Amino acid sequence: MTLIDTRTPDPKNFISGATGDWEIVIGMEVHAQVSSEAKLFSGASAEYGGEANDHVSLVDAAMPGMLPVINEECVRQAVRTGLGLKAEIKHRSVFDRKNYFYPDLPQGYQISQFKDPIVGEGVVSVSVGPNSKGEFEEIEVGVERLHLEQDAGKSMHDQHPTMSFVDLNRSGVALMEIVSKPDMRSADEAKAYLTKLRTILRYLGTCDGNMDEGSMRADVNVSVRRPGGAFGTRCEIKNVNSIRFVGQSIEAEARRQIAIIEDGGTIDQETRLFDPVKGETRAMRTKEDAHDYRYFPDPDLLPLEFDQAYIDALLKELPELPDDKKNRLIKDAGLSPYDASILVSEKAIADFFEKVADGRDAKQAANWTINDLLGALNKAGKGIDESPISAEQLGAILDLIREGTISGKIAKDLFEIVWNEGGDPKQLVDERGMKQVTDTGAIEKAVDEVIAANPDKVSQAMAKPTMAGWFVGQVMKATGGKANPQAVNALVKAKLGLE
Amino acid sequence: MNDLTSLTIAEARGKLASKDIGAVELTDAYLAAIDQANGALNAYVAVTADKARDMAKASDARLAKGEGGALEGIPLGIKDLFATEGVHTQACSHILDGFKPRYESTVTANLWADGAVMLGKLNMDEFAMGSSNETSYYGPVKNPWRKKGSNLDLVPGGSSGGSAAAVAAHLCAGATATDTGGSIRQPAAFTGTVGIKPTYGRCSRWGTVAFASSLDQAGPIARDVRDAAILLTSMASVDAKDTTSVDRAVPDYEAAIGRSVKGLRIGIPKEYRVDGMPGEIETLWQQGIAWLKDAGAEIVDVSLPHTKYALPAYYIVAPAEASSNLARYDGVRYGLRVPGKDIADMYEKTRAEGFGREVKRRVMIGTYVLSSGYYDAYYLRAQKVRTLIKRDFETVYADGIDALLTPATPSAAFGIADQDMASDPVKMYLNDIFTVTVNMAGLPGIAVPAGLTGDGLPLGLQLIGRPFDEETLFALGSVIEQAAGRFEPAKWW
Repeated sequence: MTLIDTRTPDPKNFISGATGDWEIVIGMEVHAQVSSEAKLFSGASAEYGGEANDHVSLVDAAMPGMLPVINEECVRQAVRTGLGLKAEIKHRSVFDRKNYFYPDLPQGYQISQFKDPIVGEGVVSVSVGPNSKGEFEEIEVGVERLHLEQDAGKSMHDQHPTMSFVDLNRSGVALMEIVSKPDMRSADEAKAYLTKLRTILRYLGTCDGNMDEGSMRADVNVSVRRPGGAFGTRCEIKNVNSIRFVGQSIEAEARRQIAIIEDGGTIDQETRLFDPVKGETRAMRTKEDAHDYRYFPDPDLLPLEFDQAYIDALLKELPELPDDKKNRLIKDAGLSPYDASILVSEKAIADFFEKVADGRDAKQAANWTINDLLGALNKAGKGIDESPISAEQLGAILDLIREGTISGKIAKDLFEIVWNEGGDPKQLVDERGMKQVTDTGAIEKAVDEVIAANPDKVSQAMAKPTMAGWFVGQVMKATGGKANPQAVNALVKAKLGLE
Repeated sequence: MNDLTSLTIAEARGKLASKDIGAVELTDAYLAAIDQANGALNAYVAVTADKARDMAKASDARLAKGEGGALEGIPLGIKDLFATEGVHTQACSHILDGFKPRYESTVTANLWADGAVMLGKLNMDEFAMGSSNETSYYGPVKNPWRKKGSNLDLVPGGSSGGSAAAVAAHLCAGATATDTGGSIRQPAAFTGTVGIKPTYGRCSRWGTVAFASSLDQAGPIARDVRDAAILLTSMASVDAKDTTSVDRAVPDYEAAIGRSVKGLRIGIPKEYRVDGMPGEIETLWQQGIAWLKDAGAEIVDVSLPHTKYALPAYYIVAPAEASSNLARYDGVRYGLRVPGKDIADMYEKTRAEGFGREVKRRVMIGTYVLSSGYYDAYYLRAQKVRTLIKRDFETVYADGIDALLTPATPSAAFGIADQDMASDPVKMYLNDIFTVTVNMAGLPGIAVPAGLTGDGLPLGLQLIGRPFDEETLFALGSVIEQAAGRFEPAKWW
């Protein structure tokens, strides 16, 4: 790709070296395993896990005489991903063989797409932040292309003193390689891009984004330059398998390059690995010197062709994507950009929220989903799919508040009960007598009792009106917390003659 | 016993149906013939006697019930390139030592589904790379034909040398073969048998060890045109497991035999008249023209201007694809493994020991022409030339030509270990000069025996057809066969 600079240098992203400021330039190649039942060119299962060499067909094992057959579901997933990246979908693309030798590559070549990929240029909108002031910066990261290719198997070198083991379960699983343009300028931007990309893929259901399982990996290209200057020589950090490590590896590599240049040296273009323990990158033990992959179109496969109608049909069926959903929540539900971005960060969270908000006050639903539900989930280390409280249950709690059956405070207690024990919120309120007391007569009686029992406090309150709070507290205690706090407040003030 | 093995497929088919003969006795006759002859000819690299008898028994049972398939009980030899379940499948290479697949190629599965019997696996040039069957790990095949009054062992042609020799020597009723640059047609021409390479995509390549994916095609070698047609009808099919196979009904090819060729326009391409071509071949060509004219065909001089570039372009494209297709033979999952100190060492030792010289030569050429800095000049350029070659044929066919008549080979069979051939690999490559054009264009081509040289060796003529018009080739081939007669070698073994 020709390197075009789309970003204006921003001092907040500069790194200061010994001889002045530096800018980091980052591009990323993300390998995302396609969510599909079968592999890209063989009918074997693409399921993660399983006993070693359980999901291996004759084609995956590259037995003599075997031929690849394209799995249309993988094509669909790639096109849908391209649409999610607002990218150009190519009506005709070609599969090429990338030739090299390694035991986890049974064919001795990987079927990939070199010259004519299935998806062309696109763009990802990324919110970077929030900063210390709670602000976000909106940037756009360009996508250069997306292509389909086979994943390789796994080599294990630590299972035996003299032999390496090869597990071909992963061999032939479909990968989408998503190549970004070199538009990122900081580790935070890179992490935000990868996070957003992952969210989009999960929304579309085209990749589960489980980096710890290896279904999404990033190769990070890093170079440094004087702000706004000519692009420097880049190094590629291969197979970074967590978002956190992406950030750390960028910073480590940038520091390394700056130190070399400031020392008077030059950067060699090389492939490196990130060592999270040492917090540094190191040159890869060279398998061979620069690979010559001898790409040529795979003669066993026809060019991949489909028409606009095929693409349009897939476009029609796409789910609402995070950016659109976020904008809709801001506009229609009046949510803050911050709240909206949290709710759309996972499709499952957004779905949960929308169920809760259905027919209810959106802002209240948002508050409870974000602060109470997500707060509790984070504390317990659970994901939304493991939530002990369902959207229906949370919605029921909100209904009880709205109906005035319980107060906001009681609702918090109820939330905890449902979290720990489960059950129907309405039923629990009835069973455990959690209804708030709204009967003004009863409340008044309680207020009178407290006032009568504490004449000294009354005179204190007259002098210092904030003392009314003490009375409210006492009344709440006396009513077991069930009195409607607003009503208690009003009555206490009235009875004490404060306004 | 001899009598039984002299029956053609069509004849045997009739006698089996009418219960004049049984499948087991027919198979036994062939097994005895193989036993007697294979030591001398080396056509078979594996004989599956027990399996053959079992299959023949099953055929007899079906025939008794009147449920015989199109090839019921017919004993066939199978080129070692086809995966045959549980049976030796090594493409006659050391690197596939001991390989017995757990799967059956689509082509052979079709034959067994039609009731045919497998006698064994036939010798071939290693990985189908050769024109004389001399690159086989199992040693050369001897042509059942010899020059008059000579004891010199001749090559049967290649790469399907075992198939052609077995058919000519009556060691099977018919054989399967494959053709990438001429490997069916050239050995057929060298042995006085009929061989057809169908249109690319007519037969499935699944389970056929790949040499050059865009050129390989399976086809039959048989004693006459009718037998070849019968075999091809069974072998051909579309296959969901092979994306390059074509979804097109398989006609009853036998029905095309005897079809009138009156009014068919036969092109005679002038570029196939090469310098130094033996006079006998030119004579034979003219004879073929005369026969077709007599049968009512119209003879038209045509030009295929890019003919002379076909061979060099082929020897770029085919090795390129082969270098990639043969990368999987690495000692990791099957076949030969020569241990090494690390993986690279293991690869190098295994492939150095496992591959023969010609295979290594082509892998090196293929790697070179695909390499960075050379891809455009060689591979890309060769593919462009290929388009021009295709266009030559398309133009001629669009002008109303129905088929083309050419010589099949530039000479008759030559001696095994011929010094001249051995001195320069390109000399061997030139054997394919009339046949490679057909593979490069993806067209069907048939070789039909048409005459003998002065010293008694068979010569063949080639007919090249329109895409998926094998029927016209069978019709025309039959005319030549009727006029030329049948050719059988004198038994010296």
